[in-house]
Amino acid sequence: MTATDTTVTTHEYEVEAPHGIWSWITTTDHKRIGIMYGVSAFIFFLMGGLEALLIRAQLAQADNTLVSAETFNQLFTMHGTTMVFLAIMPLSAAFFNFIIPLQIGARDVAFPRLNAFSFWVFLLGGLFLNASFLVGSAPDGGWFGYANLSSMQYSPGRHFDFWALGLQILGIASLAAGFNFIATIINMRAPGMKLMRMPIFTWMSFVTQLIVVTVFPVITVALVFLTFDRLFGTTFYSVAAGGDLLLWQHLFWLFGHPEVYILILPTMGIISEVLPTFSRKPLFGYPVVVYSGALIAIIGWGVWGHHMFAVGMGALADSYFSAATMLIAIPTGVKIFNWIATMWGGQIRFHTPMLFAIGFVAMFIIGGMSGVMHASPPTDLQQTDTYFVVAHIHYVLFGGAILGLFAGMYYWWPKIFGRMLSEPLGKLHFWLTMIGMNLAFFPMHIIGLFGMPRRIYTYSPDLGLETLNLVSTVGAMIIGVATLVFVFNVFRTRRRGQPAGKNPWGGATLEWAISSPPPVYNFTVLPEVRSLTPLWTDNGVSEIPDHPPAPIHVPGGSYWPLLTAIGVLILFLGALTRIVWPAALGVAWTMFCVFKWAYEPFEV
Amino acid sequence: MSEAVAAHYTSTGLDTRKIAFWTFIGSETLLFGTLITTYLLYEGRSVAGPTQHDILNIPLTSVSTFVLLMSSLAMVLGLAGVSEGNVKKARIWLAMTALLGLVFLGFQAYEFTHFVQEGLTITTSLFGSTFFTLTGCHGLHVAVGVIWLSTLLVQSFRGNLGSDKTTTVEIAGLYWHFVDVVWIVIFTLVYLIQRGGGA
Repeated sequence: MTATDTTVTTHEYEVEAPHGIWSWITTTDHKRIGIMYGVSAFIFFLMGGLEALLIRAQLAQADNTLVSAETFNQLFTMHGTTMVFLAIMPLSAAFFNFIIPLQIGARDVAFPRLNAFSFWVFLLGGLFLNASFLVGSAPDGGWFGYANLSSMQYSPGRHFDFWALGLQILGIASLAAGFNFIATIINMRAPGMKLMRMPIFTWMSFVTQLIVVTVFPVITVALVFLTFDRLFGTTFYSVAAGGDLLLWQHLFWLFGHPEVYILILPTMGIISEVLPTFSRKPLFGYPVVVYSGALIAIIGWGVWGHHMFAVGMGALADSYFSAATMLIAIPTGVKIFNWIATMWGGQIRFHTPMLFAIGFVAMFIIGGMSGVMHASPPTDLQQTDTYFVVAHIHYVLFGGAILGLFAGMYYWWPKIFGRMLSEPLGKLHFWLTMIGMNLAFFPMHIIGLFGMPRRIYTYSPDLGLETLNLVSTVGAMIIGVATLVFVFNVFRTRRRGQPAGKNPWGGATLEWAISSPPPVYNFTVLPEVRSLTPLWTDNGVSEIPDHPPAPIHVPGGSYWPLLTAIGVLILFLGALTRIVWPAALGVAWTMFCVFKWAYEPFEV
Repeated sequence: MSEAVAAHYTSTGLDTRKIAFWTFIGSETLLFGTLITTYLLYEGRSVAGPTQHDILNIPLTSVSTFVLLMSSLAMVLGLAGVSEGNVKKARIWLAMTALLGLVFLGFQAYEFTHFVQEGLTITTSLFGSTFFTLTGCHGLHVAVGVIWLSTLLVQSFRGNLGSDKTTTVEIAGLYWHFVDVVWIVIFTLVYLIQRGGGA
């Protein structure tokens, strides 16, 4: 090859993507891992949704006997656990995987095999948790698993073992992904992409990963204590031995409250990309949105006690947690004003991603307001453990996180699959979802204020809440129908979707500078970034040719991530069955795989 | 090789593995922080079995603490050997690090066995549960470190531990020093400063 051969029109360095099921099992390509995260998480989302529909069907009328109390407990526990750990978090992970390397101009994440490992551990962990249904002992003590309902004495079956061990497995996946993405975002940005030129979705994901790596160790230890209490008879949550049940609550919520920011910050990032694109205006106050995101992460570490006002922590602790909780409303409110100001005076185009993003803002305001109400201990004492809290969490997690994730799906679908989702079907999906969610969740505010407790499998007609409960159930069914519209849209798009082109929405960030779907190596040359909105600025990014001017190395994939993940699963199956040899085999197998992995020739 | 240059471009100029590993250490700090906090919260609240005042042997553990501290010194010398390309020096001191780690684990095994004979197991009391879980978790970390160092030694004898592997060994060293520092905190808070109950 001579020096004159570097013409950009040649196809000779084009890299073909590998085909076949084996190429997916061994893939280390962040885009494929992102798609696998998305598909698995969406299936778990449908399962969690089905559980919710059964809950609502049971509550549609007073004194209903559709499901037993035992089944009902399993349904609401698995609904909460599934939606938090198996739907929202991995759906966000799907976007982290697919979008972050593209937004920062990288060929892949920092550790592609570790990334594949995270996915396989997540998938096996999700299957582990749901396998509990097959043996009739799904977790049944709420998604927060309060001690000592979780003790051997009060829960002698395998319910809590599935829960504690399943969450532990999922924690491994989250932590591994956290280290990976932090290293990726710090160190793999294209030349010229300073921190304050980073797209806002990448910024919010970065903040999210910092929360993940700091709070997951806490829940890990809390779950180790619980598992040891159940397996070996230790006394961590044993009142008889002088232990304190509140230890669990403190550790759980020390993790659990930052966890809600893990759920919401990525989608705040998503809509902070969508709103500017469809308003044809840069994000209003970009640095302020970045700082307020970071502030939410920091203050989020100090507000866990507001989940525990009812246990009597004392006036001083209550006052502190109350004030801190009110404080965290400020950076959140700042973001909302930034989003509104972004739209203000813009040339707004009401495409489906934009509708979902605006829906997020509106619904999140409602959820945020009921959230601030809980910051006041006397008010909270009236509302705690009632449907009012259920209404609040669904406005922030469905109206917030899920609407935001749908905004992301409609926005990036053309980039990920190269085809546009249908706009009319998308709008139908949006309006059905909006009507359904408000019918389902708004009445819960009133149901809760009238005193109906959460997590009871039925209620008396004397409460006078039958109509409101029926309305709520109808709303839930409408959400179910809306989701089917989305699924239909997806399958229709596979065959009849319009080709997307590089930048169908006129986005400003790097992922829109390359073809859809992106080639296996992402960028033909490493881009040089000179602007926060590279594609909206003259000369904002260096020329990216359509075909590679020089050979590009693409890693060939590895099966060690999956084999290592299987080792982890075997270890946990040993703990579940209380048989020593699978546990020992799992440890030995995992160590062997890690060794083979470490010395496998693998050039990134 | 232009792609090799491109592959090694980093935004900060630092090695990506090191950044990831520092993040991991940050995360581990929270793990041990939670374990230590729980130990301190429950300290002196046990209602059965021997207490820490009855059973903890400070002179003996001072010796094992010293052994672990010396292993960090050996680790520094081992890393120096690798970065200088001095194979013999690297092997001797990496082996010494692992050996001192094993000696520490031996002390811990003796301590645990002795405590069980004295009537303190992981199920006896809050002290037993928190003590064995905290120090056991630390011991597990030391054991992982010993295995890690052993694999480095195996690589050295295969001729795969030249000075180009300095960062690889440096990361193992980061881990080893971190585990050492954690022990200093545990030794101080659990053994030296004993609070509450029966004192």
